[in-house]
Amino acid sequence: MDVTTLLIILLLGAFATYFSGDKWAPKVALLFSLTAFAGAICLLSQYNLGNEISYSKLWIAKPKIYFALQADGLALAMVLLTTALTPIIIFSSFGNTYKNSKAFYALIVFMSFAMSGTFLASDGLLYYIFWELSLIPIYFIALIWGNGDAEERKKAVVKFFIYTLAGSLFMLIAFVYLFQKAGSFLISDLTALNLSSSEQFWIFMAFFLAYAIKIPLIPFHTWQAKVYQKAPTVGTMLLAGIMLKMGLYSVIRWQLPIAPLAAKEYMYVFIGLGIAGVIYGSIVALKQKDLKKLLAYSSMAHVGLIAAGAYTLTLDGLRGAVLQMIAHGFVVVGLFFVAEIIFRRYETRKIAEMGGIRAQSPKFTSMFMILVLASVALPSTFNFVGEFTVLYSLSQVNVWFAILGGTTIILGAYYMLKMFQHIMLGETNAKLFADVTFNEGLALVVVIAVLFFFGLYPKPIMELITPSLENILTQINRFN
Amino acid sequence: MDTNLVLVLLLAPFLGFLFNVFLGKKAGKNVVGIVGTLSVAVSFVITLYLFANASQEPVVINLFDWISIQRFDISFGFLIDQLSILWLLFVTGIGSLIHLYSISYMHDDEKMHSFFAYLNLFIFFMIALVIGSNLLMMFIGWEGVGLCSYLLIGFWYKNQNFNDAAKKAFIMNRIGDLGFLIGIFIVGSLFNTLDFTSLRTTIESAKDVSDLWIAIAALALFIGATGKSAQLPLYTWLPDAMAGPTPVSALIHAATMVTAGIFMLTRLNFLFDMAPSVQNIIAIVGACTALVAATIALVQNDIKKVLAYSTVSQLGLMFLALGLGAYEVAVFHVITHAFFKACLFLGSGSVIHGLHGEQDMRKMGGLKKAMPITFITMLIASLAIAGIFPLAGFWSKDEILMTAFNHSNNKALWVVGSIASIMTAFYMFRLIYLTFFNSFRGTEEQKHHLHESPSLITVPLIILAILSFVGGAISLPGHSWLNDYLAPLFTKVAHEEHTLGSTEYMLMAIATIGALIGIGIAYKKYLKDNTIPSEDAEITGLSKVLYNKYYVDEIYDSVFVKPINLLSDLFREHVEKSLSALVFGLGKVTNEIAIQGKKAHNGSVGFYLFAFVIGVIVILTYLFLQQFFI
Amino acid sequence: MDNILNQIGIENYIFLSVILFCIGVFGVLYRRNAIVVFMSIEIMLNAINLLFAAFSTYHQDAQGQIFVFFSMAVAAAEVAIGLAILVSIFRNMGTIDVGNLKNLKG
Repeated sequence: MDVTTLLIILLLGAFATYFSGDKWAPKVALLFSLTAFAGAICLLSQYNLGNEISYSKLWIAKPKIYFALQADGLALAMVLLTTALTPIIIFSSFGNTYKNSKAFYALIVFMSFAMSGTFLASDGLLYYIFWELSLIPIYFIALIWGNGDAEERKKAVVKFFIYTLAGSLFMLIAFVYLFQKAGSFLISDLTALNLSSSEQFWIFMAFFLAYAIKIPLIPFHTWQAKVYQKAPTVGTMLLAGIMLKMGLYSVIRWQLPIAPLAAKEYMYVFIGLGIAGVIYGSIVALKQKDLKKLLAYSSMAHVGLIAAGAYTLTLDGLRGAVLQMIAHGFVVVGLFFVAEIIFRRYETRKIAEMGGIRAQSPKFTSMFMILVLASVALPSTFNFVGEFTVLYSLSQVNVWFAILGGTTIILGAYYMLKMFQHIMLGETNAKLFADVTFNEGLALVVVIAVLFFFGLYPKPIMELITPSLENILTQINRFN
Repeated sequence: MDTNLVLVLLLAPFLGFLFNVFLGKKAGKNVVGIVGTLSVAVSFVITLYLFANASQEPVVINLFDWISIQRFDISFGFLIDQLSILWLLFVTGIGSLIHLYSISYMHDDEKMHSFFAYLNLFIFFMIALVIGSNLLMMFIGWEGVGLCSYLLIGFWYKNQNFNDAAKKAFIMNRIGDLGFLIGIFIVGSLFNTLDFTSLRTTIESAKDVSDLWIAIAALALFIGATGKSAQLPLYTWLPDAMAGPTPVSALIHAATMVTAGIFMLTRLNFLFDMAPSVQNIIAIVGACTALVAATIALVQNDIKKVLAYSTVSQLGLMFLALGLGAYEVAVFHVITHAFFKACLFLGSGSVIHGLHGEQDMRKMGGLKKAMPITFITMLIASLAIAGIFPLAGFWSKDEILMTAFNHSNNKALWVVGSIASIMTAFYMFRLIYLTFFNSFRGTEEQKHHLHESPSLITVPLIILAILSFVGGAISLPGHSWLNDYLAPLFTKVAHEEHTLGSTEYMLMAIATIGALIGIGIAYKKYLKDNTIPSEDAEITGLSKVLYNKYYVDEIYDSVFVKPINLLSDLFREHVEKSLSALVFGLGKVTNEIAIQGKKAHNGSVGFYLFAFVIGVIVILTYLFLQQFFI
Repeated sequence: MDNILNQIGIENYIFLSVILFCIGVFGVLYRRNAIVVFMSIEIMLNAINLLFAAFSTYHQDAQGQIFVFFSMAVAAAEVAIGLAILVSIFRNMGTIDVGNLKNLKG
């Protein structure tokens, strides 16, 4: 069994979901995504046993393009994140009904397929294809099944689509240039190139444009809040939980090893940009009136910190970034699900229209509280492990980075608690708020369990990702 | 020492928490109270066992590697030594008493099960804080107790003011926590370890480490301590934290959590000893806090607010001792303070309980007869905190002042500390007189219902009062059991024992006379003259400034909170929009080019052909001319 | 060799063909009747054909003349389709004035 099996399961799942009809589509999608998760676990155990699970075959002879999927620890961790979150996301949507649900769920599974492919691909063009492929399902999910005024939604979603696509084209240019030099798109060939520092600079910038828009880093984030708000919650979860991580993952996997000199030379700029995002995102989140928008900006603040960690080019920074990516994936899915649970009952996302929910729903309150705390990186949650490691790596570069980046723990607490206070606390709301159903509770409990387990015992993930990050680091340092 | 024993010690309150969370509502209030109290009592018993059988050497228990940093691993482990056992003793001991007290105090609250759940969770995190074997383990407990404090301050969550207070406490603590984290980072990168035991040996052997960075690390850690222990400038959350139920104020905001900063500094004494400049800062901050908080306490009318500022002030004295390097003296005061301040808070809780929620001292008075046990216990505790011989507070406070006096030729710290102590005596007896003496000033209905609290409330009071009375015995000058017990912790030769010379006797006398003066003024003003503090609107002059806490909250609000909110508005309204417009602008430019270009395509075939011919001619001309220029 | 080019010089053929071509170009550019435009295109094609034939003889190479036949065949096919399009345009629009045929406009 190698990684292609996983992709085939997901692709088959997408088609099977589509052909199973509206009634069965959710269940078929869940089944296939769970199968994919099981497959990913199998792959993990194979990998740990030392079996070869990568796959490579010449796909197009001229130009030389390989169908190459390489599964090292880092890629596996991200695939595990994708395949673990997909069933949770699908399961969390069971309380909603969507028209034409066969297409909806098929697109979700297809997106999972494309994102897994992005994480696994080790040939530049293949990677690019998967990268763009993942954009198509989310475009339709947000456009067709989104909420709010259709015109406004269309504007936001089309902007998102064109913006990210345009950024990616620069990446394609960079790949074409690299192909000219190396004669292949394989990452092993690309990282072996001896590029001059000005070449590296331009390639770095081309990659940067693609990733900065996807992640998003300030000031390329303008698509984010609107799309998060307008997309259906499932789409938002896919975007914030997994798709953002594609950008961050690509920074670590492609950008830094291919153009390390530029990364080193402009390290302070990029770390500064990440940290600016942390502070800016947190401050903007403070006074958001829409719950989903608030979460969008909080997510922007967190990914800013992750990006800053990755750009430190240290093992701690990279490791912290990956840990925080996974932790953030889970917590943000949980938080958006919370927003959805409230929406199901109150039909609103405006914070001002909520309040006084706590008295009516003790279970929901506890779970929401835990997610809020995880989001503000309380020690013993997974997010703390990531945030601590990232901030530590920043402090090794310059203590001021750690101090400025560390404001996230203050500002984060401020806006999250403020939000919690206005949504949950206060005089009991006149409108009835039914406590979480079994299904809703189950999804949240799974997320919370993951956050606590890895918060107290992150070792398995650390051991999984460390060797591949060390490899990447040796590639980064090859010019020294 | 048995690993399992330590795990039971740690997890017993956690199990209590789980029980109360999941089964509390069904189990009924009595079961909740009993389970909650027993789970802490179990920890107390284990602590007693550990205390009795403790070895001289610290015991480290590493469960597993928690977080790996490139240069070192941080283990999930525990450290049991004299310091942690001492802290465990009074955390679990007083914790048990307060749980017991809460059974009665919270009995009428519909959410009693969550109250006990949070209280258990607090004890769990506090134990984790105390027995953590490295800085990061301590940080788990550190943030965990902050969380419980947040949950308990906002326990009556229907009142948004209480929620604001809770939020404020959490955020203020987090400011300190950032300092703590930065301190951890610097310590980690300087010494490649966060373990207390190895840190100690590394620091002792490390000679090439820059003093500046050690000082910065110490300063950052101290900032962490100022947040948790409510020192200047981060103290403002503690008085607001009185929004929580009174047992919480007693347990968390007087006896245990707020002493975490002192615990941390004592734990890291070897680090702070390396940074004398930071020690000076600590001493000065401590002294200033003691004075500032004491002045505010002079005029407060809310019984709990007086105690809250008193706590801040006493914590300031402890930091003064820490800054002078007299860790064991600070620890001594922590312990005695835990006894009498817990007693005072619980006593005030008993008063509030008796008056059905009234906290304003202007509406109390004459409770002596109705609540004799509460009165006597609170009186003993007040005498103790005022520093009257031979109660516990006398010994501990006296040692701090003595240390300050002997420390250097500069007597300013001693003077400030002494003034704060005199003020303490005054405001405590102001509280006693206003509350228990003269005639009752509340409503007739309240008067009708006045009664002594049930025994579940009075028993803890009596125990704590006895401890406040005799607690000083653990560290009498010249025969200090505490100093001997803690001696292995400190690298410097333990603070030389005060030989009781004439200076010492004179200092004791001065302190006692000062306390008596303070009590005397209070006696004159509030008992003989029967002055009642004026209504809020009528307060003027200096007392208005003091009553409004020097307007510090307002200053913080306008310097930090409002600008951040304004910035948020600015970013949200303008920056976001202009950034968005920039992106849309790119699209618009493209669109505009297209619109202009479209005009060339007017649909007329003739025009197209004409353009085509012109194009061909241009190309041909170019090719033709090219040959002449190559 | 008794060549027709001996009687009339090659340059005259070139001149004629250039004149014919220019007439065609101007016809295409200035006339608005689609049929006339079409005829002008034919004139241009024939000017080229003439040139092909002339050079073919000049170089003593039959390839040029073969190409003339080829291009005449293509032109015939083109005329057939072009006229058919014109007829259908006329039926639809009622005019074959190229000035009025602006539906291509973006």
